Parts: sequence; structure tokens; C-alpha cells
Amino acid sequence: MSAGRRRVSRRVPRSATLIAGCVLAGLVLAVAVVSFFWLPYAPDDTTGGRLMPPGLPHLLGTDKLGRDLLTQLMIGARVALEAGAGAVLIGGLVGLAGGLAAGFATRWLDDTLSALLDILIAFPTVLLAMLVTAAREASLGSAIIAIGLAMSAIVARLTRVLVKRVLAQDFITASRTSGTSWPRVVVEHVLPNIWPTLSVNLALQFGLAVLAEASLSYLGLGAPPPNASWGRMLQEAQASVFIAPAGVIAPGVLLVVLVVGVNLIADGVRDVADPTRRRTR
Amino acid sequence: MTAYLLRRTAFLVVSLFLAAVVLFLLLRLLPGDPANALLSVGASPEQVAAARHAIGTDRPLLQQFVSWLGEMARLDLGSSFVSTLPVGPEIAARLVVTVPLTLLSFLLAVVIAVPVGFVAAYRASTWYGSVLSALSQLGIAVPVFWVGMLLITVFALHLGVLPAGGFPQDDWADPGEALTSLTLPVVTIALVMSASLIRYVRSATLDVLGSDYLRTARALGSSFIGAMWRHGLRNAVVPVVSILGIELATTFLGAVVVESVFALPGLGTMLVKGFAQHDYPVIQGILVVSTFAVLVIGFAADLVQRLVDPRLRRSLGGRFPGDGA
Repeated sequence: MSAGRRRVSRRVPRSATLIAGCVLAGLVLAVAVVSFFWLPYAPDDTTGGRLMPPGLPHLLGTDKLGRDLLTQLMIGARVALEAGAGAVLIGGLVGLAGGLAAGFATRWLDDTLSALLDILIAFPTVLLAMLVTAAREASLGSAIIAIGLAMSAIVARLTRVLVKRVLAQDFITASRTSGTSWPRVVVEHVLPNIWPTLSVNLALQFGLAVLAEASLSYLGLGAPPPNASWGRMLQEAQASVFIAPAGVIAPGVLLVVLVVGVNLIADGVRDVADPTRRRTR
Repeated sequence: MTAYLLRRTAFLVVSLFLAAVVLFLLLRLLPGDPANALLSVGASPEQVAAARHAIGTDRPLLQQFVSWLGEMARLDLGSSFVSTLPVGPEIAARLVVTVPLTLLSFLLAVVIAVPVGFVAAYRASTWYGSVLSALSQLGIAVPVFWVGMLLITVFALHLGVLPAGGFPQDDWADPGEALTSLTLPVVTIALVMSASLIRYVRSATLDVLGSDYLRTARALGSSFIGAMWRHGLRNAVVPVVSILGIELATTFLGAVVVESVFALPGLGTMLVKGFAQHDYPVIQGILVVSTFAVLVIGFAADLVQRLVDPRLRRSLGGRFPGDGA
């Protein structure tokens, strides 16, 4: 974490951050994987009594409808990861395509695309997501599409800058002079050179997407009831926080664990892959 | 500077127009007929046609757009489907809550982030430097509405020192009461916002502390405080100012979500209710106002950045900051 120590250990990839991140994110991933094969109770089992405190047989207690909290949490892990992965997939692909186009474009087209991107970025993610969900009915799919699209503008802007930077290098001119086609230049030179920075940014975007999905579900614009989302669990538990604090604490803690984990992975990858880069965030 | 100002203003006007186009198209091309919001289930085709005619969605798209632009130019944002009241005055009334909430949160976030970020950098190698960095790492991973819920639990339910939500009926008639109800929401947003801000301040300070010009100034006999004041601050402020605009816009968004946590009658709760009721004029009006606000904030931030960084001013006709490459 410290500037002084970093300078000394620069030659050795400092991967403590990476390991810590993998452990935290891996924990949530493991919970999500287990949820596919085993759940303590059926998701819609309401026989447990309402707002039971943690203990046996319900390890973390029950919610206001009598559903097992641990079961809901495990399904929520699945939803959170799906939201993050889906949004990054959409945002990454759309953003990469748009950014490559703008990066290669001539001045006029590039200016137009940049202006469009700036406007898209001015649309805050949550507002854009609200628009899409308003049109398509609130669902996890709508939320993922919306978050992914909002993300694509950010990814495109970054990609554009990175592409321009690579294209200005002498080895691109050399490669072109020796007869390499533009598509091959993209595959052989541009993509490998922009990938380290881009992948770190995508990891950070993954965390932001998870938070955005939680916010949407909290506002009632995310996955509808059969799918437990951490955001909606928090919304439902808010009224009974005094009687059953576990319902408010547990989903929030898991959200933080997942997002911190992913952010640490991003930091760790950046340190390992690109040791010359100063930490700018 | 004049050339830049003209260019940047032209860009702002073009982006406002494009934003209007995008908003209009998004809301019109979305599946689902806004007329349905006016009708009960099982309305006859004649009723649907009448409702469409009443709100004008039976006209050609271009005609709808032009008349919509005209209405906006007259600051007329239409009337709510549900309450039939005009949207514009309703938004204005809600801004009385949202704007102070946003600005106070933003101010508090800056007040927290600048000293903390500086200490985190200046004492980076000590244990509390690391703790501060770790805390800011935690802060950017916390959902803002969750922080609000925890603060309510502690300060409203357990300690009972602050209200859990709501806002005085008569708005700011009693400033003390209004401020009291805004305290927890403001702290909520500021805590989360300051986390990302701390990281920027810290990295800007680290850059300055490791710079050659600061070492030279010290070698020439400046005190540390003197050197930081004359040279360090001016350089550190540049990258921080450039992201303050984005942060202000994010704060506004945080306000939208946090208002729901604290049941504050602001733009955010109005928007969420509008979505629940498929009240298109309300949704459209709020999105227009907030998108324009974000674009204007970006405009102002770019100008401020020019003012604090003479290097940007010198490159006449240069591209916009953040444009890169």
C-alpha cells in the first residue's frame, strides 16, 4: 500500500492484493456455485416462521415472509455474479467495438463518436437502467442490459484513448509498411497492447455493475421476487431492522465482500501486469 | 480562452440537443404505449385511440419531437398522467430537497476527502496511512443505500438522536428542522463519495510529494508548508478538480437513491414513483432536468479546470480535457 515499499519491491510482482481479492471474490463465487447444487431450504419455503432470529434450524434466521435467510443469500450471490458478468460482457463487447471504431476513425467521425460518448456518459447508469427497465418490465435481464449499455460508453471512451495511443507508435507504422493488413494489426498489436489496462478497468466495472444492480433491486427495478437479489433483500428487511438486524447486515456484508474482492483483483492484476504504472486511484 | 469558450459552449449546446433527441427517442421507441397508463385494463380500441390523440402519440414522430422541443423551450414539461398536475412546478418544488442534499453532501465529501487524502499520502508508510487507504478501498465498495440503512439503525433507532427519514411539510420554513432531517442523508452520501475522492486526492498528493520541483523548492530553503502552498497545491489541485465535476454528478445520483432510503420528497422519490406508475411525462421531465444538470456541471468543471491550469489555457483551440491522445 505504501509508496516507499512499492518502489523497493517493484521487480517482484506484489500479489498479496491479488490473493486477498481472489479469496474474497472466490468466497462469493463458491457460495453461488454451491447454490446450484444445494440449498438449506427451498427458496419459497415459508414454513420457518416470520423474522426468526439466527440459530437452529435457520442459521441466519428468516425474513418477514418466513423464508430462510441463508437460502436467499446464496441465491443472491448467484444473481449478483450474473449481473456483474452479464453487464461486463455486454459493456465490454459493445464498448470495445465502439472504442475501436472511434480509435481508427478519421477526425470528423471520431469527434462525432466522442461527443456521442460524452453524452451517453452524462446519462447516469442508474437513470439509464431505469429507462430500460421501465420499457421492458423490471427483470434481471433488463437490469443487466441497461447496466451493460451504460458501461459500454465508459469502456468505449477508454478503448478509444488506448487505441489512439497504440496507433501512434512506430511499430504500427513499421508493421503497416511491411504489408500487414489493418485487421491483423488490430489482432496482433492493438488488442494485446490495450488488454492489460482494459481488463483492469473491466474488473472495476464488474464491481460497479454489482452495486448498480443492487441499487436497482433496492428501488424495486431489479429481479422480480422468485429470484432473491441482495438489493431487494435489503429493501424488504429495512422495515424490520430493529427486530431482525441479520436481514440488513448479511446481504450488505456479502455485497461489500464481493465488490472489495473484485476491486482488489483489479489492483493486483494492474500491479503484476504493469509494474511501471503508478497507482492512480 | 475565448476560442476555447466558444468551442466548449457550442459543444454544450450540441450535447444538450443530442441528449434531448436521445431521451425523446428512448421514451418513444420503447415498447409499451404511454397511452396505456391513462387507461384501465380492457379499454376499447376507440378509448385507446382517444387517449393517444389526447397525449399526441398518434402524430408522426418528427412532429411530436418538434412540438416537444417547443414545449421544453417554454419550460413546459407537460402534465402528469396520474395527478394531471404540470410536471415542471412539481420538479421545481422537489429540487428544494434534492439540490441542498446534493450540494451539502458534495461539500462535506470534499471537506472530508481533502485532509484525509493528504494525510493518507503524506503518511503513506505509517500504519494509519495504510488504514486510511484501506478504508477508502472499503468505501468505494459499499452500496450507498446500505450505509444509509446502517446509519438509520444506529442514529435514529438505537440512539434516537436524528430522524429516520422524512422532510418538514413546509420545506425550509424552519431551517433547523430541515437541516436536521437532511443530516443523516447528507452524511450517508458524503461518506461514500469521499471514499473515491480520497483516492484521487491521495494519488495527486503522492505525485506532488515525489516531484522534483518540490524537492528543489525545499533545497532552496522553502519550508515544507511554504513549498506545498506555492507549488504543491497548485499542481495537486488540477487532477482533483478534473474529477470533481464527475463526482458532483455522481453525488446527485447518490441523492436519487438515498432519498428513497430516507423517504425524502425529492427528485429521486418522484422518479421512482413515476416508474412505478408508468407516468411518462414525470419520468421524461426528471430525466431531462437531471441529464441537462449533469451536462452543465461537466461544462462548468471543464471551465474551472482551464482556470486553475494555465497549461491547458495556453494550448489554444486544443481539444477538451480528458480527451486524451
